[in-house]
Amino acid sequence: MLNSTLSELAGALARRSISSVELTRLCLERIARLNGALNAFITVDAERSLREAGAADERRAAGRAGSLTGIPLAHKDIYCTRGMLTTCGSRMLANFVSPYDAHVVERFAAAGTVLLGKTNMDEFAMGSSNETSHFGPAKNPWDTARVPGGSSGGSAAAVAARLAPAATGTDTGGSIRQPAAFTGVCGLKPTYGVVSRYGLIAFASSLDQGGPIAKSAEDLALLMNVMGGHDARDSTSLERAAEDYTRELKAPLAGLRIGLPREYFGAGIAPAVLARVREAIAWFEARGARLVELELPNSRLAVPVYYVIAPAEASSNLSRFDGVRYGHRTRDYADLADMYCRTRAEGFGAEVKRRILIGTYVLSHGYYDAYYLQAQKVRRLIARDFAEAFGRCELIMGPTAPSTAFALGANRDDPVQMYLNDIFTIPAPLAGLPALSIPCGFDAAGLPVGLQLTGNHFTEARLLGAAHRYQQETDWHRRVPAATPL
Amino acid sequence: MSWEIVVGIETHAQLATRSKIFSGAATAFGAAPNTQASAVDIALPGVLPVLNGAAVECAIRFGLAVGGTINRRSVFARKNYFYPDLPKGYQISQYERPVVAGGSITLAGGDLQKVVRLTRAHLEEDAGKSLHEDFHGMTGIDLNRAGTPLLEIVSEPELRSAAEAAAYARAMHALVRWIGICDGNMQEGSFRCDANVSVRRAGDPLLGTRCEIKNLNSFRFLEQAIAYEARRQIEILEGGGRIEQETRLFDPERNETRSMRSKEEAHDYRYFPDPDLLPLVLSEAQIERIRGTLPELPEAMRARFVRDYGLSEQDARTLTADRALAEYFEAVANAAKDRKAAANWVMGEVLARLNVADATADQSKVKPPDVAALINLVADGSINLGTAKKLFDERWNAPRALDISVHDEVVVRDLGQLSDASVVARLVDEVLAANPKSVAEFRAGKDKALNALVGQVMKASRGKANPAQVNDLLRRKLQG
Repeated sequence: MLNSTLSELAGALARRSISSVELTRLCLERIARLNGALNAFITVDAERSLREAGAADERRAAGRAGSLTGIPLAHKDIYCTRGMLTTCGSRMLANFVSPYDAHVVERFAAAGTVLLGKTNMDEFAMGSSNETSHFGPAKNPWDTARVPGGSSGGSAAAVAARLAPAATGTDTGGSIRQPAAFTGVCGLKPTYGVVSRYGLIAFASSLDQGGPIAKSAEDLALLMNVMGGHDARDSTSLERAAEDYTRELKAPLAGLRIGLPREYFGAGIAPAVLARVREAIAWFEARGARLVELELPNSRLAVPVYYVIAPAEASSNLSRFDGVRYGHRTRDYADLADMYCRTRAEGFGAEVKRRILIGTYVLSHGYYDAYYLQAQKVRRLIARDFAEAFGRCELIMGPTAPSTAFALGANRDDPVQMYLNDIFTIPAPLAGLPALSIPCGFDAAGLPVGLQLTGNHFTEARLLGAAHRYQQETDWHRRVPAATPL
Repeated sequence: MSWEIVVGIETHAQLATRSKIFSGAATAFGAAPNTQASAVDIALPGVLPVLNGAAVECAIRFGLAVGGTINRRSVFARKNYFYPDLPKGYQISQYERPVVAGGSITLAGGDLQKVVRLTRAHLEEDAGKSLHEDFHGMTGIDLNRAGTPLLEIVSEPELRSAAEAAAYARAMHALVRWIGICDGNMQEGSFRCDANVSVRRAGDPLLGTRCEIKNLNSFRFLEQAIAYEARRQIEILEGGGRIEQETRLFDPERNETRSMRSKEEAHDYRYFPDPDLLPLVLSEAQIERIRGTLPELPEAMRARFVRDYGLSEQDARTLTADRALAEYFEAVANAAKDRKAAANWVMGEVLARLNVADATADQSKVKPPDVAALINLVADGSINLGTAKKLFDERWNAPRALDISVHDEVVVRDLGQLSDASVVARLVDEVLAANPKSVAEFRAGKDKALNALVGQVMKASRGKANPAQVNDLLRRKLQG
């Protein structure tokens, strides 16, 4: 049961072969047993979960159940949840209970899903390893000496270890896809504006996008049917008709043009990653897809552009954490400036401070044009590269990350090396494009490798369809880490 | 060599919208602290701003009224600084692309006739309030005002005296109320001005170093502060010193400005486009729709009053000082037979009482048709002016508006002017007979004694006699 996909679980619930309470209890027991080692959850509230599960069972009994009613899932601790801690992985919000629910949380509650708890993450989503979490890093279930990736590492680890059937994440520069790749699960970053950011604690507003993490592409589609859609409370939420993200799951692969950017297959990529990705691409070619060699010349600038824009926005977004109205406030202070300094010095970790400093610097008088404005110009060039590429292909494939999961602490003292981990995931959010990662095999150490599919705006359904076809004939996504047997 | 004063004004007009600029919370003044602060206003984690279309409409109205350019695309930017009553740690404002660019306003009054150009007008949100008094050793924060929509209106540095600056502020105050985008309540902070003041030698093409003066919450303070500041700067320069660019605060109790922060202490606001808000894009149709709802503007109305009602320039200016008064006058003038009398009544009886009551013309208990009726009754001799003023006074002081019309009241209370000459003559004779002392005094050359006799006759007629007729008759009888 724990290795079942959402549609399998939904079927079991509909047939009454299991109740939501029973299913939720299975997950809670597994969390209780394994979370100590994995640290995937920051907060678990079993009583609340079982109460919600009971309500879901009643709803089903009353004949008012939707397709996902009664399915337990976890939210990344960046989504505000009423009546439960929302820490964003930070000491700053270690005791923060939101008085309101995020849009995504509301949507899932309305669909009748059961909240298992809040998952671990890099502090304020700033990190690629989960090591910047105030609550200690989540561990990779495939090897607990390794990172699960980040920032949605807790959600990815929870799904990989089958603690939760699915989870939400957020992606700013790869925070859904890279952990999905590192833990052998699936993750989708939708087109910017498809999932409302209301109630999602902002890191970099022009890049942040919520998305699902699950065991299969089909599951991602089912979750997107709940998460996606217009929300008037987010001015960047797009006013589009509701979509059925499962509609292209059965679309044929024949004739599909797959773009292979030369930049995604160059130096610096682990050989095993390159080999697994090429094998997956060959699988698609064998089923009638056509491969198109192309170039994304400006994508080499994506990492530096990202590390100007994201910190700039973050430096402003995080100003509200000042100790005045909520969150951490230092105990002793001499005056207002001292209160601000101590509160923020104590409340934020080193990586968050580093990015606030970078962001403050690039927005400063005399530097704005050279950094922020220049970065915005290059951002447009990166987007234009993609627009041209999508004239020649329907989707772009490549590795999600240049390596498999690295060891805890390996990049701790080298932020630039850490940042380079996101070299393949950063371009899509800069261009606002949808992209997903699915598992496509393992390296010699038994660590999962992720295949990234990037599409043009609003082509989530097509990406999910291609991924689903692949998963119909492969079982990488059904593999369970040996350390966390079923 | 003489000095020239150079002033530019920044005005913050609070827009008369029901809800805040980026949240649905109410904007009413005077609510208990923090009861009108929503999750967005408090800046809880994860909340997002949504632009209030009514505030945009106000900005467009203003832009059209001053003949400015309505930018089809404007951008909201974040102005970053830390302060406890600024919940997000940044203010959402407009920086490089404001919604309104250019435009002008005409100052007129006395000898002054001047067109002042505007630099821009942009939308932004207000901050909350820090309350330092009520909390021992602590500061209270009230976020009710946080997120209140403001239009910041920036003039070119074209004002050349404190008086001109005050005239500008008054004209701007009248205009924003005229077009209904701001209630203009300066006590409640709905209309606030900052002044940028510098001085230079007459004829110098370059501007001097300026100081910004804040906290000018009345026209009088604005004028006093600028006059003081100009004197201060001139004294420094004449003493061989230099002006430091700084922000200064006006202290009305000492009638002086004090340094608040120097240029070195000035914030680097790190403006950048707010990624939570899309650029504000306006269509031609939307702008034209709003143009269609604009009232006739004061300049146009003033010209029309001179042309159509034969008013003097000065009277027309007085009557177009605010829209309610202008509309009141026009209603009276259109119903009254005597337009000059209409102007005199509205500028006299009506405006005097409105000023005492600190009320606007639309709040007057005596409505325009009643004033017109009084004017007409006087004009056709039905009542005398004294009766008319008495009736006006009674109506003004009545606890509530009277149901009875002026005409009916005159009939019911038998207040009609005594027109029967024989009755008036009899009353005159009686009064002359009863007041030999006054008669003697008048005959001895004391002209004032006549007034006493007129008063006696008026009293005997219960105010209904025509005073001019009485005067005439008395003179004839006494001199005859």
